[in-house]
Amino acid sequence: MSLLTINHLKTYFDIKAGTVKAVDDVSLSLDYGESLGLVGESGCGKTTTALSINNLLPAEGRIVSGEILLEGRNLANLSESEIKKVRWNEVSMIFQGAMNAMNPVMRIGDQIAEAIILHKKVSQKEAMNQVKSLFELVELEPSRVRNYPHEFSGGMKQRAMIAMALACDPKLVIGDEPTTALDVMVQAQILNLLDKLRKELNMGIILITHDLSILGETCDKIAVMYAGKIVETGSVEDIYDNHFHPYTYKLLTAFPNIHKERVMPEAIEGTPPDLVHPPSGCRFHPRCPYAKAICQETEPAMTEANPGHSYACHFGGVYHG
Amino acid sequence: MSTIKKEMRMKKLENFMSSFRSNTMGMLGGGILIFFIVVSLLGPLLFPFNPLEFGTAGNALQPPSLSHPLGTDNLGRDVFRNLLAGGRVSLMVGILATVISMFLGTAVGLISGFIGKKTDIILMRITDFFLVLPWLPLVLILAAILGTSVWNIILVIGVTSWAGTARVVRSQTLSLKERPFIERIRAIGADDKTIIVRHILPNVFPLVFANTILITAVAILSETTLSFLGLGDTTRASWGMMLHYAFQSGAASSGAYWYFLPPGIAVVLVVLAFTFLGYAFDEILNPKLKRR
Amino acid sequence: MDNKEKIVSVKDLRVTFEIKQSFLQDLFSKKQKIVKAVDRVSLDIHRGEIVSLVGESGSGKTTLGKAILNLVPTASGEILFNGTPINFKHKKEVQAFRQKAQMIFQDPYQSLDPKSLILDAVAEPLEVNHLVKTAEERRERTIKALEDSGLAPGANYLYRYPYELSGGQRQRVAIAGSVILDPDFIVADEPVSMLDVSVRSGILKLLLELKESRQLSFLFITHDLSLAWLISDRIAIMYLGKIVEIGSADAITKSSVHPYTQALLSIMPIPEVHRNRERNVLQGEIPDPTEVPKGCRFNTRCEHAFQRCFEEEPGYTTISSDHQVACHLATEVKHD
Repeated sequence: MSLLTINHLKTYFDIKAGTVKAVDDVSLSLDYGESLGLVGESGCGKTTTALSINNLLPAEGRIVSGEILLEGRNLANLSESEIKKVRWNEVSMIFQGAMNAMNPVMRIGDQIAEAIILHKKVSQKEAMNQVKSLFELVELEPSRVRNYPHEFSGGMKQRAMIAMALACDPKLVIGDEPTTALDVMVQAQILNLLDKLRKELNMGIILITHDLSILGETCDKIAVMYAGKIVETGSVEDIYDNHFHPYTYKLLTAFPNIHKERVMPEAIEGTPPDLVHPPSGCRFHPRCPYAKAICQETEPAMTEANPGHSYACHFGGVYHG
Repeated sequence: MSTIKKEMRMKKLENFMSSFRSNTMGMLGGGILIFFIVVSLLGPLLFPFNPLEFGTAGNALQPPSLSHPLGTDNLGRDVFRNLLAGGRVSLMVGILATVISMFLGTAVGLISGFIGKKTDIILMRITDFFLVLPWLPLVLILAAILGTSVWNIILVIGVTSWAGTARVVRSQTLSLKERPFIERIRAIGADDKTIIVRHILPNVFPLVFANTILITAVAILSETTLSFLGLGDTTRASWGMMLHYAFQSGAASSGAYWYFLPPGIAVVLVVLAFTFLGYAFDEILNPKLKRR
Repeated sequence: MDNKEKIVSVKDLRVTFEIKQSFLQDLFSKKQKIVKAVDRVSLDIHRGEIVSLVGESGSGKTTLGKAILNLVPTASGEILFNGTPINFKHKKEVQAFRQKAQMIFQDPYQSLDPKSLILDAVAEPLEVNHLVKTAEERRERTIKALEDSGLAPGANYLYRYPYELSGGQRQRVAIAGSVILDPDFIVADEPVSMLDVSVRSGILKLLLELKESRQLSFLFITHDLSLAWLISDRIAIMYLGKIVEIGSADAITKSSVHPYTQALLSIMPIPEVHRNRERNVLQGEIPDPTEVPKGCRFNTRCEHAFQRCFEEEPGYTTISSDHQVACHLATEVKHD
């Protein structure tokens, strides 16, 4: 049994202008100790997918259909009180910019202890001990539990956020752009840390990012999202070396590669689509240089290239030559 | 080119009006205010009132009747006409005093916040001084020195209410000053004056505008209070003066409700109208404050 | 390279900031904490050249960029623009300088006045410097600047507000606002770091086009070494206020000497799978800028540090005609 299986998830937002189909039939799976990179441009639905797991959607959002199976149990059906028990205990999250959202007048150790006490009902003293061992786990000095947020650097704050996410020994940790605001060196440190923890604790990790290049060393699987849909998913080798979807190709070639020629990457024409009225057929067709008539008419189904590697394109691999 | 800008301004106004129309508080406040403004402008034309024209002693403090819909006051004057005339003074004093207060407060806040350093320290100490000064004793002293003409009252209220605006504008200026777009304008070569007028002021304006509306309410109330205390302009009718004479002549104890109730209710309604408008504008101009 | 005309020449520049302390800290600490944001930096930028300044936060790269444009006060040292020092006394001199040396800022969502129309935002440099006489001229020049920045037809953008445009478009507007003055030199401070990856190359291509068509020189500030490699003629690596290595883009990426540069190169994310790539992820973080380590400031994280590194700050060693490094290792190597 895999740790997490999402089947045909649809999460929509009801706003004044209409219904935003933020996540429109997304399926993915994750095993224990596996790490999945969820990648796409801003607005593609990757954060919404993550928020749907723990039902942390804002008031306008709702899960329309689909299953979110955590160890076989469907989280999409749970009531608020039931999912509260899942949150943090089984699935925790490192939010985007969380390191800047800490309470500035409370000691970091106390803030993490708060999360522990809330879920585990232990004494303050016991909670603090757990915080200290968590700090060791994330390579922070245990004595620094007494520091305030302003005394920590960006990288240290992010480690503290990871410690908080691990506080209740979750099975799955979701990191939403966990390294975006950090320096390159610190970014590498944090990604290394997440990798180490994943292996040590046999946790599943979902890494959400718009930066495909950072996933090369840290992920086992990658799912590429565009306009609320998954356009390609597979192992990290599949995606980097043997991809089929034009969007995946475009994303990969958007990064300069120092080991290759010094050539300006191609931009992707156009802008991300309006999710209230998404394009007909394949959602990527208005920006796809290889689009034909069928792409506008029919939405491509997921085609399996090999086990574990699928893509949604009528002309998969068209740019290979 | 200027026609396009005109079109855009019209469109902006249209958008504003439609948001306004859907705001109940705003509509209510606006409605009450318009009513009072119309009444104050037209009323005294249709039903003129001369405060120096007394009625006969026998006519004093008569309850409402057909010839005097709101009865008569202690000097036999028609309360209804007095009320209509009083609106003009109360509104005029309120609005003019606010204009003074707003200009002074905004100018001080902008300069102090933007220039900073010594100027800021000096201006803020002056502002603090005015902020903590006990209002009533100050106003009494000023009124005693300057006299009780309506222009002096306007001056006095303006001078004692600008400090709050200054503080608010200064904080907003301080935060705007650090924004990257201001840095960019500086890099282009603009001097302080240009930056303040062209870039800080338009961004501070929504705040100032909403603040102004609220201050107008306070100014009207201040004028009423001053007049009630006997410091108002005796040559003009105002709601505050009506209340003053009403209490002086014992209308309350003698049950002549028609004398003190109408001006009191009028003041409350107008102040409420401005307050509602202030909240409405704040919501419309600062969309983040909208309730979900 | 040395024969080409220098448009910017920085000599031994120091820029310092005082840290504001709390009242109690003031009471108990003895000395004022000072950040040496730029600590004796010398740099030349030649006409028609793109020089990248690469570093992490706290390296001083943005401060150096702003200092060159006279936007922050300097403690000591000299900055020459076209051979003239930039510590101007008169407003007219400052204005003339600003017309020739412009800046593009990092955050396209914050660098435009939300209340200004695009027309006003782009034309403002002209107005502030009294360079236009008629409304027609103002409009025409704005349209040209917008179209030169890739926003065509320019007329369509004049009467829009920033919030109506995407991040990439806003950045193009900011660029239009800078080129409308026809400058000789532009400091671009992380111009693409806040934009989506797919939009970045469009902006970078634009900068390169502008360099060619208008003979512009650039100082390109970034934390992304791969971007620097892509776009620059020369790259300067900054660490804690000092340039630790400078050379041509090839020299830096293919034959770097400084351990910090090498570490940056090794951890650079690339869109390839390298499961067991040798990545030198440095331990620890950049030291507190108010307490710069004695000797070589990189000694707290350098795996090659030896005695001398803790005692003496390294000077610059010339590796080749356009490659210098500040590292004791280099001198040791040379002596071999």
